Amino acid sequence: MPAPFAWIRAEPHGIHVAPADCWIDPSQPVERARVTHGHGDHARGGHGQTVATPATLAIMELRYATRDGATPVEYGETIRLPGGVEATYIPAGHVLGSAQILLEHAGERVIVTGDYKRRADPTCPPFEVTPCDVFITEATFGLPVFCHPPVGQEIAKLLKALRDHADRCVLVGAYALGKAQRLIAELRGAGHHEPIYLHGAMERMCRLYEEFGVDLGDLRLVSDHSKDDLRGAIVICPPGALNDRWSRRLPDPITAMASGWMRVRQRARQRNVELPLVISDHADWGELTRTIEDVNPAETWITHGREEALLRWCQLHQRRARALALAGYEDEDD
Amino acid sequence: MEEFAALVDALVYTRSRNEKLRLLADYLTRTPDPDRGWALAALTDCLSFPAVKSSTIRNLMMERVDPVLWVLSRDFVGDTAETASLLWPDAKGAVAPPPSVTEAVEALGRMTRMSVMSELPKLLDRLDANGRYALIKLATGGMRLGVSARLAKTAFAQAFAVAVEDVEEYWHGLQPPFAPLFAWAAEGAPPPRTEDLPVFRPFMLAHPLDDVTVDLEDYVAEWKWDGIRVQLVHAGGETRLYSRTGDDVSGSFPEMAGALSFPAVLDGELLVRGSHQGGEAGGAASFNALQQRLGRKAVSAKMLAEYPAFVRLYDVLILEGEDLRDLPWTERRARLEALMPRLPRERFDLSPVVEADHFEHLAEIRSRTRDEAIEGLMLKRKDSPYVAGRKTGLWYKWKRDPLLVDCVLMYAQRGNGKRSSFYSDYTFGCWDGDPDAGAELLPVGKAYFGFTDEELKQLDRHVRNHTTNRFGPVRETDRSLVFEVAFDSVHASKRHKSGLAMRFPRISRIRWDKPAEEADRIEALRALVKD
Repeated sequence: MPAPFAWIRAEPHGIHVAPADCWIDPSQPVERARVTHGHGDHARGGHGQTVATPATLAIMELRYATRDGATPVEYGETIRLPGGVEATYIPAGHVLGSAQILLEHAGERVIVTGDYKRRADPTCPPFEVTPCDVFITEATFGLPVFCHPPVGQEIAKLLKALRDHADRCVLVGAYALGKAQRLIAELRGAGHHEPIYLHGAMERMCRLYEEFGVDLGDLRLVSDHSKDDLRGAIVICPPGALNDRWSRRLPDPITAMASGWMRVRQRARQRNVELPLVISDHADWGELTRTIEDVNPAETWITHGREEALLRWCQLHQRRARALALAGYEDEDD
Repeated sequence: MEEFAALVDALVYTRSRNEKLRLLADYLTRTPDPDRGWALAALTDCLSFPAVKSSTIRNLMMERVDPVLWVLSRDFVGDTAETASLLWPDAKGAVAPPPSVTEAVEALGRMTRMSVMSELPKLLDRLDANGRYALIKLATGGMRLGVSARLAKTAFAQAFAVAVEDVEEYWHGLQPPFAPLFAWAAEGAPPPRTEDLPVFRPFMLAHPLDDVTVDLEDYVAEWKWDGIRVQLVHAGGETRLYSRTGDDVSGSFPEMAGALSFPAVLDGELLVRGSHQGGEAGGAASFNALQQRLGRKAVSAKMLAEYPAFVRLYDVLILEGEDLRDLPWTERRARLEALMPRLPRERFDLSPVVEADHFEHLAEIRSRTRDEAIEGLMLKRKDSPYVAGRKTGLWYKWKRDPLLVDCVLMYAQRGNGKRSSFYSDYTFGCWDGDPDAGAELLPVGKAYFGFTDEELKQLDRHVRNHTTNRFGPVRETDRSLVFEVAFDSVHASKRHKSGLAMRFPRISRIRWDKPAEEADRIEALRALVKD
């Protein structure tokens, strides 16, 4: 009898499912890819076939301008792969279209979470706890110092800064896929119905969200407006544009950034951020550990992030665990 | 404590001086006594709680968090206070409301090394993460919020619409929480008494002499020595040495604290004895030598012997209870000369008056001077009283012309605040040999932008178009642009790869026209070292 879970292996550039000869979130082009969500470090282009949720495929199409090999799968739908493997896509609560992938083979159940969070997000369905034998979890914020505050508290901080400086604008750096749209949706939910101004790089992704039924309200492009129009307004741009030439056109912006890293003062200061907003689409330490308890797998495999601390937590709680060394995941701006 | 914690947090993220002033002034006006006084003391590092050390915090955490998780977290965050504030477990069950700053300061003051392990947790339990951060920083010292004593005083003056010079003068005699200072500024009580206290009096400062000439009938010339301007005060049996910013530097110069033994307030230049520098009375070493003595808490006997300090006197403000500040300079000078015999000669000398027949003669004397201990000339109106700050027409500083060298731009970094999108901070170098024979550049200095907005834009564009490498916020550029760099002097330095350190480098011109290979070689700069 083969060793348990020998059919699924972590290789440097992705998770390989041997009986079906397919890869989960490979960082290099492969013949058969199964993709958890649309962030660039998980969803690379150039694969022969890509199986993902319709929203993730739409995001990839936006990014790589091709639908070649796209094979949609709905949440909860089980598909048969070669070699006696079944795959089911389950909501991960990370961004629009994000999924955990449940793989079943020879009576063993393995879940690859991709990225996930446990908090409510108006732009995507919530994470579903699903029993399994091996739980392959992300660990982006896998240190006990990471405790994301309630999102409402951070939104209130942002709105207060806006009220206190009527002649300036608040410029928020936010990841273009997911964070930006969630931020907008949370602002709308908090009763902020003023126009929100976007950096050009944000526009198409916001439109795509709207096509998938996420209402983002009155969005406008910074480039269509004068400096004076932007006074007292919220402007959203990718983190890389925060301190770049582009921001010179804004009226004395208050520099904000929406990211889980903002929990650490020095991280915020390094980026010249004046208004740190601790808003993350990843699970914080409490969510990571609670999820492992909720799912209660026989083994936990930990990838991309601060594996060491979460591994230690598993040891302290008598849970079998190991760290996987996967290359190519980036988490700096989320 | 929550309001104080919010202030600390806001100061962490604010780089603009005006915004810092606004935040501080706002806090001081709306916070009751004595909280605001304690807060002010904490922000200016005037509080000390010997029972609470960084190791105390670590030990407390080890009782509550797995040691491996603590170390991983501490390494990631990079600051013990912040890591502890984030990792402190929330209290179970009902807790008392957060303590006021006063309650926290009093409780911290009562703690001993025995009781701290049980008492500090009681305070931490009552606070959220931001509150814990502020409390731990307050307790262990070193807030590092970019709030200098000067900034705090300016904010205080702004908050209560009083003169910053008065704040400076009254502040120094008082202990936290500075109740008489707030009573005076906020409620109009009489000002605190300072006569018998060794307090700092604000310095009289000079304007640069730009394109103006003065009549030597009305003005007297003195050397401007290249040390640090100090005020030596003896009152109430105590002696203190204050720097330009009003910081008490007595601890770094114990030999000076023992040198003045009668009540007086003296103004002069702190220098270090040197055998090979000019100056008449004994000679002073270059600023580089003085730097060896700056910022030290403990001064070794070797330091005292190798770099003995003395003060070259410029002025006398108060003498044995008599305030001389309203007298004309000539009278104060006469009083100063008369008291010199009462001062120990190894610790004091008199800054001599520079004799010149007329202004042109003085200009010629200035241009001939290349003594390393001289920064230039001071011109003082003979009838000028001693007034705080810079008053037009009374004192002028006339620095000697800077030295110039042509350097090549090597690295550029983005600025802060309004300049955060511009590459406005430049590192430049000189050739270490013949560039045509493959010589490399050695970095020799760093300077901020000193140009017009238009030039800044052009430079920013140049940096972006000539980038060869990126390191976070820093860009390396190709070796194509020459700066004419002005500086006051250059010294040997072990800290720099080039072995040289420039004093006050600034970019005087952008030489768009000059080929980089024609920039200066390192030997040219080395020849200017006079240590």
